[in-house]
Amino acid sequence: MTGLTFRKKSEPQERLDLSPLVPSRLKGLTRKDMAGVVVGTTRLRLTVGDLFDISGDDAAEICFEGGSPRFDRIGEAMDAGEIRVDGDAGNRLGRAMSGGRITVEGSVGGHAGSAMSGGVIRIAGDCGERLGGPLAGEMAGIKGGTIVVAGKAGPRAGDRMRRGVISIMGDAEDDVGSRMIAGSIIVGGRAGGTPGRLMKRGTLFLCGGAEHLAPTFLDNGPADLLIFSVMAREFSKGVVGPVGFDGMAMRRLGGDTAVLGLGEIFLPL
Amino acid sequence: MPGVNETLVGEGGVASVVNGVRIDDGFAEAFPMAGTALQITAVNEKWALEAARSMTGFATSVIACGCEGGIDRVLSPEETRDGRPGVRVLFFSFDAGGLEKQVTTRLGQCVLTSPSSACYADLEGEAEIDLGSGIRYFADGWQISKKFEGRHFWRMPVMEGEFLCEARTGVTTNGVGGGNLLIMAATSAQALAASEAAIAAMRKVPDVIMPFPGGIVRSGSKVGGKYEGMMASTNDAYCPTLKGVTKSELGPEIGSVLEIVIDGLTAGAVSDAMRVGIKAITELGPQDGALRIGAGNYGGNLGPHHFHLKDLLP
Repeated sequence: MTGLTFRKKSEPQERLDLSPLVPSRLKGLTRKDMAGVVVGTTRLRLTVGDLFDISGDDAAEICFEGGSPRFDRIGEAMDAGEIRVDGDAGNRLGRAMSGGRITVEGSVGGHAGSAMSGGVIRIAGDCGERLGGPLAGEMAGIKGGTIVVAGKAGPRAGDRMRRGVISIMGDAEDDVGSRMIAGSIIVGGRAGGTPGRLMKRGTLFLCGGAEHLAPTFLDNGPADLLIFSVMAREFSKGVVGPVGFDGMAMRRLGGDTAVLGLGEIFLPL
Repeated sequence: MPGVNETLVGEGGVASVVNGVRIDDGFAEAFPMAGTALQITAVNEKWALEAARSMTGFATSVIACGCEGGIDRVLSPEETRDGRPGVRVLFFSFDAGGLEKQVTTRLGQCVLTSPSSACYADLEGEAEIDLGSGIRYFADGWQISKKFEGRHFWRMPVMEGEFLCEARTGVTTNGVGGGNLLIMAATSAQALAASEAAIAAMRKVPDVIMPFPGGIVRSGSKVGGKYEGMMASTNDAYCPTLKGVTKSELGPEIGSVLEIVIDGLTAGAVSDAMRVGIKAITELGPQDGALRIGAGNYGGNLGPHHFHLKDLLP
């Protein structure tokens, strides 16, 4: 068996909803069945067959050859298996996924990993706003799993994060970790805006410093904690990989005292 | 007779004589136990050992102590979870519930309190018991949960800084408690020398502990006693001072008996430890050490694990 491959025929003229193309929903379907699945979002009712050449037969390993910023909802609600995107992806990549692995060779749009509860997302490029964040009206963002972004992240990454790990190797735009409930976010570059705004609990490692800190974060002084080395060792052996705070002297700030105040931001000394 | 190895199975309960040391044709009878393993680390080996010794103190017999515990081995920084010197400790009890109660109590009183210490799970078992999750409320609301890479830790602010502890640890129900050797010698000094030689060799076997002081017990027991309510009492059959007044198992040449009790995460580990212990005792020989090696059992009807000495000959 070889992995199932969807080769892009040409750049789509509309945004696509690719949420049906996950391992659990494709398992057992014939190629003809797959080709008939509607993924368009307009009255044209574009199908998979209109947009992709299909090859392979193992639905547990899916590959999108040739990505697009219009490829929305890839891997939505995925619970197992693997999806690889050779190119860019659109909004809501891996939203509400509970297991499996998604790898994107390019950049992605907003709400990647939104409200996910398990699994791994790796993005080789940049990501849009609210990485792992909730949609409007939802109480929590990412509730488990791991997201690794090799590039930079858009505003409010980790918004309302409840559990899990987000690693952003580049810069984070405004307000990373806003309204965070728990979990861990590592920013290798600089954090813009007011990081951790209204966070209740959780941990922000801002290895490249912060543009601004809310006055409701209180300086706890230098922190030489064992958890740094344990996290760094576990990450380097696992899916996150090496992290910027390994061996770095850090300062701890507790907050946001405008809310519960049990969160923490670590900054380089 | 030194230097002579001869098999005498069936002759007066003797399995073999190795290098002049008689090995009884008997067996150790051992029991299933729930067991777990932990890593205790600290800023240096000295403090890791301080915490480990404190945590495994008063853990010689499950009957009176609630659990049996001891140090498996010292860990190099490369082997520990945080890259610091560490010690691997094992605990055993009748069931996972009893084990959890003992481990969390000892963790809170002996490891949490020890300067620079941290504690991690070191066994993946079929079930889990609380570790840090059982003591996290000591932090009075300031405890921090961290889950990453499939592991769960608790960080607890303490006066020194922060205590880091894994949330839970694995438990195996394949543990074995009560493997044993009876080391019989002409004098107490020779019995101790033979026992020390055995312990030195047995400590190199992974996944076992010898829970008594220094690994050696001088007051082996039998089940029950003449007084009501006694769970155990002195093993008069092996007390040299009672030869002639009790149904003794000792010949006139035996003047002192010591016992080594072995608990292991697997039956194989216990038999390995017994094997190297017997080898060390026989290598020392009867001039400086033991005249005879035996093993304690209850007739074979109580414990499912029987470690026959004749199967463990060097």
